Amino acid sequence: MKKSVILGALTVAGLAAGAANAATVDDITARGKLNCGVSTGLVGFAAPDAAGIWDGFDVAVCRAVAAAVLGDPMAVEFVPTTGKTRFTALASGEVDMLARNTTWTFSRDVDLKFTFIGVNYYDGQGFMVPKDLGISSATELDGATVCIQTGTTTELNLADFFRSNNISYEPVPIETNAEAQQQYLAGACDVYTTDASGLAATRATFEAPGDHVLLPEIISKEPLGPLVRHGDDAWGDIVRWTLNALITAEELGVTSANVAEMASAAGNNPEINRLLGTEGNLGEMLGLNSDWAVGVISTSGNYGEIFEKNIGEATPIGLARGLNAQWTDGGLIYSPPFR
Amino acid sequence: MTTLTDAPKVTFRLSMLIYDTRYRSMTIQVVALMGFMLLAAWLINNTLTNLATLGKPIDFGFFTDPAGYDINQRLLDYNSRDTHLRASLLGLLNTLVVAVLGCITATIIGVLVGVLRLSNNWLIARIMTVYVEMFRNVPVLLWIVLAMAIMIESLPAPKAFRGDNATASMDLFDSVAVTNRGVYLPEALFSRGLGNVHVFGDSSLRFDVSRDLMAILIVLGASIFAIRWNNRRAHEIQDATGERPTTWHFTFGLLVVPTGVLLALLGFHFGYPELGGYNFKGGTHLRNSLIALWLALSLYTAAFIAEIVRGGILAISQGQSEAAGALGLRQNRIMGLVVLPQALRVIIPPLISNYLNLTKNSSLAIAVGYMDITGTLGGITMNQTGRELECILLLMLVYLTISLSISGVMNWYNNKVKLVER
Repeated sequence: MKKSVILGALTVAGLAAGAANAATVDDITARGKLNCGVSTGLVGFAAPDAAGIWDGFDVAVCRAVAAAVLGDPMAVEFVPTTGKTRFTALASGEVDMLARNTTWTFSRDVDLKFTFIGVNYYDGQGFMVPKDLGISSATELDGATVCIQTGTTTELNLADFFRSNNISYEPVPIETNAEAQQQYLAGACDVYTTDASGLAATRATFEAPGDHVLLPEIISKEPLGPLVRHGDDAWGDIVRWTLNALITAEELGVTSANVAEMASAAGNNPEINRLLGTEGNLGEMLGLNSDWAVGVISTSGNYGEIFEKNIGEATPIGLARGLNAQWTDGGLIYSPPFR
Repeated sequence: MTTLTDAPKVTFRLSMLIYDTRYRSMTIQVVALMGFMLLAAWLINNTLTNLATLGKPIDFGFFTDPAGYDINQRLLDYNSRDTHLRASLLGLLNTLVVAVLGCITATIIGVLVGVLRLSNNWLIARIMTVYVEMFRNVPVLLWIVLAMAIMIESLPAPKAFRGDNATASMDLFDSVAVTNRGVYLPEALFSRGLGNVHVFGDSSLRFDVSRDLMAILIVLGASIFAIRWNNRRAHEIQDATGERPTTWHFTFGLLVVPTGVLLALLGFHFGYPELGGYNFKGGTHLRNSLIALWLALSLYTAAFIAEIVRGGILAISQGQSEAAGALGLRQNRIMGLVVLPQALRVIIPPLISNYLNLTKNSSLAIAVGYMDITGTLGGITMNQTGRELECILLLMLVYLTISLSISGVMNWYNNKVKLVER
């Protein structure tokens, strides 16, 4: 009898600890800071600038969520994670969300128990080689030494690609992008492979970017997006609709320049009114202020503005919108309606 | 007058558990043990409950799934369709390779440096002191990364060997290529080889045994047995007649001729590395990651071993060397015959812990991309399957097993060399 009481108490204690991560929003509000997992430094996506302030395409998502929940885009604690440590960091509650060019896959969603809240960049795995190697296709890479970041989907894609083309290669597993860059530039590997956006970002930091080419093959689908833990749908909804707000804002022409004006009074477009909280109560449904999206959009602009500022064609990284254009422009970026 | 012959019979009462000094310590121990077990039970229960809440109960089923990734240094055949179990096995072998190589090199360097630190030559002794202090006072991870960076940045890439105006060339009569991707050595090949024996069929633990290697080992073993028999016979003749028959030509002949004939029969020749495509092909490839890890671990651990050896030698009283010197032995013979054998008794126990340290430090391999068991089971497999707890527990079990095996073997050796007291 006594024993079962003790065991019962232990079980309750265990359950209480398990339930503790259920209300992520409350934790964040109490803490006054959003813990956001980002990469260890990929220029354009997530890297600290000269003043030590994190900046980039993925960082903008973290800041937007912080603006929505806490009303302060700077209230973010950035936790750099490697390809290996990111999932453990998220699953253990060290970070509240992960915005770290992470590919949405079935097993990560279902087996690792994460909720991908959307896609903020449609990517694919590519290869970068020095120009003087004189090759024009990845199928000519038989016997090459390939640098690859370990603990990523690229590792599996690479094995599948070389296997299905029946050519051999020598993998050199590497922890971070910086180490990969060092080995690649020293010629310790012939090829560097990762997501094409990451290759472009890495190449932009080289002394002579023109000496390196990206091969035409894109060997995989890599839909990159932010993710949260399973088990707290209210939190997942907030992150999902923050991203959707950024996308919808671009579609509806709401920018960081005109958002304050548009939010001051209800306009003619009911969807803009619902988005900015001048009509309806979408914000309250999320458990946020009615004008939450105003803060989100005024932080660093809408999706298009964030893209152009961090990785667009005017930046050294120089990525075209391509698949990441709005659906109205023939791309895949598409938000469900705010209704 | 009455005499008390018997002590009064005391019946056991519950309060005696606390107030009677005979039982008190036992009571405290039992309570402490129960408290500890409760704490452990709470931790385990908490873990299991939380894992169940997360929907990830402990499950080792992922071991039979295909791993999906490739491993560069393969001691057994492996491809990306093999299971996670086999990937872990390959990682384990890679760990063992670097641990064994490291322990051997560290011992050799350590003993040399330890002896030289006691040298009467001022310069040599000081250089060795600098070496020891430099290596053991900087974290081993930094040495590993430094060794790798030096290899990558200072050695020529394979493409430097190509073309008419190549900037690099192969060493040792074009048989060894030193590149920043590693060192390519000639490999032993048999043109009339006997093939391999396949063990364990198609299972995850399958491996091949080379018949050529077995044949060579058997012939060598038989030769050594015959040599020992001949030496014993020489002893007997010497004991009986006082004259020892010459044995060296017999020894030499037995060692060289049968093995040589066998090698010729098998068509033994060297396969030299050749530049083809992106890399050197053929030969044995010692990857830069293995070399960097091996070198850094050996040099680092050797610094500790040197101090142990020095301490062991200093523990042998000066009188021993003086007595040996009085017998007319030269300095190096004194060291080899008198001092070191006695010093071993002091050296071996701390040496064991340094072997264990080296083996455990090899888990830093991922810093240079060496695919050891931490890189496969504790790295990619853990990441792709999301089974953190299972993988880490298994990893701990593997390192525990390796360490206990090393301790076991070394303790056996220690018992052999220790002073036999009768």
